[in-house]
Amino acid sequence: MTTQEIELKALMLASLDGDAASHRALLDRLSRRLRAYYKGKLARIGRGPAEAEDLVQEAVLAIHLKRHTYDPVEPLTPWVHAVARYKLIDFLRRTRTSLVDVPIDEADTIMAHDDNVDAESTHDVRRLMERLPKNMRCAIEAVKLDGQSIAEAAQRCGISESGVKVNIHRGLKALAALIAQETRT
Amino acid sequence: MKTDDLVAALSAHIEPVNRRLLSRTVYIALAAGTVVAFGLMLVGLGVRADLMTDHALMFLLLKLAFTVGVVGVASVYLMRLARPGGERRTSSILAMMPFAAIVLLAAISLGLAPSSHWDEMVMGDEWFECLLSIPIIAIVPFAVIIAAVRRAAPTNLARTGAVAGLVAGGVSAMAYALHCTDDSLPFVAAWYGGTIVLCTLAGAALGPRLLRW
Repeated sequence: MTTQEIELKALMLASLDGDAASHRALLDRLSRRLRAYYKGKLARIGRGPAEAEDLVQEAVLAIHLKRHTYDPVEPLTPWVHAVARYKLIDFLRRTRTSLVDVPIDEADTIMAHDDNVDAESTHDVRRLMERLPKNMRCAIEAVKLDGQSIAEAAQRCGISESGVKVNIHRGLKALAALIAQETRT
Repeated sequence: MKTDDLVAALSAHIEPVNRRLLSRTVYIALAAGTVVAFGLMLVGLGVRADLMTDHALMFLLLKLAFTVGVVGVASVYLMRLARPGGERRTSSILAMMPFAAIVLLAAISLGLAPSSHWDEMVMGDEWFECLLSIPIIAIVPFAVIIAAVRRAAPTNLARTGAVAGLVAGGVSAMAYALHCTDDSLPFVAAWYGGTIVLCTLAGAALGPRLLRW
């Protein structure tokens, strides 16, 4: 097992226990690897860094939303790879690219390279958020974008604290769907 | 949007994750699907009248052994397939074992009987009812199981859909066994096995559409 796997898995386990700093460090490190992975794949079909960045963000969102499907007794790398690969295949289908043009590897190349030159993705989150229902939008803006506490958000949005949590979770799922939809067109 | 901003936003106020959430969701769906299937069978078809005779009980146990075997193996696979990359740790061989066993037993039982009985042994009295009932009873369990798996993250949607169909078909056949009065191994192999396979194929066809995330 590589040191990388050990470090990332430790971050993942801490993040599953609710440690925000570990969660941030994990997503940050994974996003750099995902960027290198997607840039490499998309370069072969003549697509630019902005689209690779779209995919990085889709995968980061997926890793966040689906983190409960990681089984802690298993290594982390294959799980991340499976998510990244699924999002790549989904993207290629959506954009009607032939799967033959992009080699879909089985090896764990996902952790091979780091790329921290992040481009701006094509998504404008604030604009996409306008399409979410009011409570979801308010909860995400308050907690995730403006950094307020759950209690403050509850007051600001006029809903209960558990309502804020539920709305954040549902809202992020809806946002992920909107982002995927947008990448398709 | 910058990815850094997204990462920062996602990391604000995160909740601890319940690690048993996935298996619990799938098991609850399986239990709920089973209850619905038995309820539908009781209301729509009714339990066979001669249930308490030795002959009927023996065949009921046999049908249940087959269907519980199908559901048992398939739900273990479903749990694996619901996680990203789970398809790399599953082979379909074990899921086929209950089918292989029942076909083998059916062949032996046909071999022991005179060929003039074969037609009756395979077709029984109610093959058409069986052909309709098992897939129809399977619809609700299938929907419940799909809803549970949608909350997970399968990465091979056709295979996951197929196994969801297999579980639903098995659950449905389990319930139907309490009603069914056709007591012959070839009948169980052909009509129970066949309809469960139909449910599996339907699941494989629907999986990519229903399970996308």
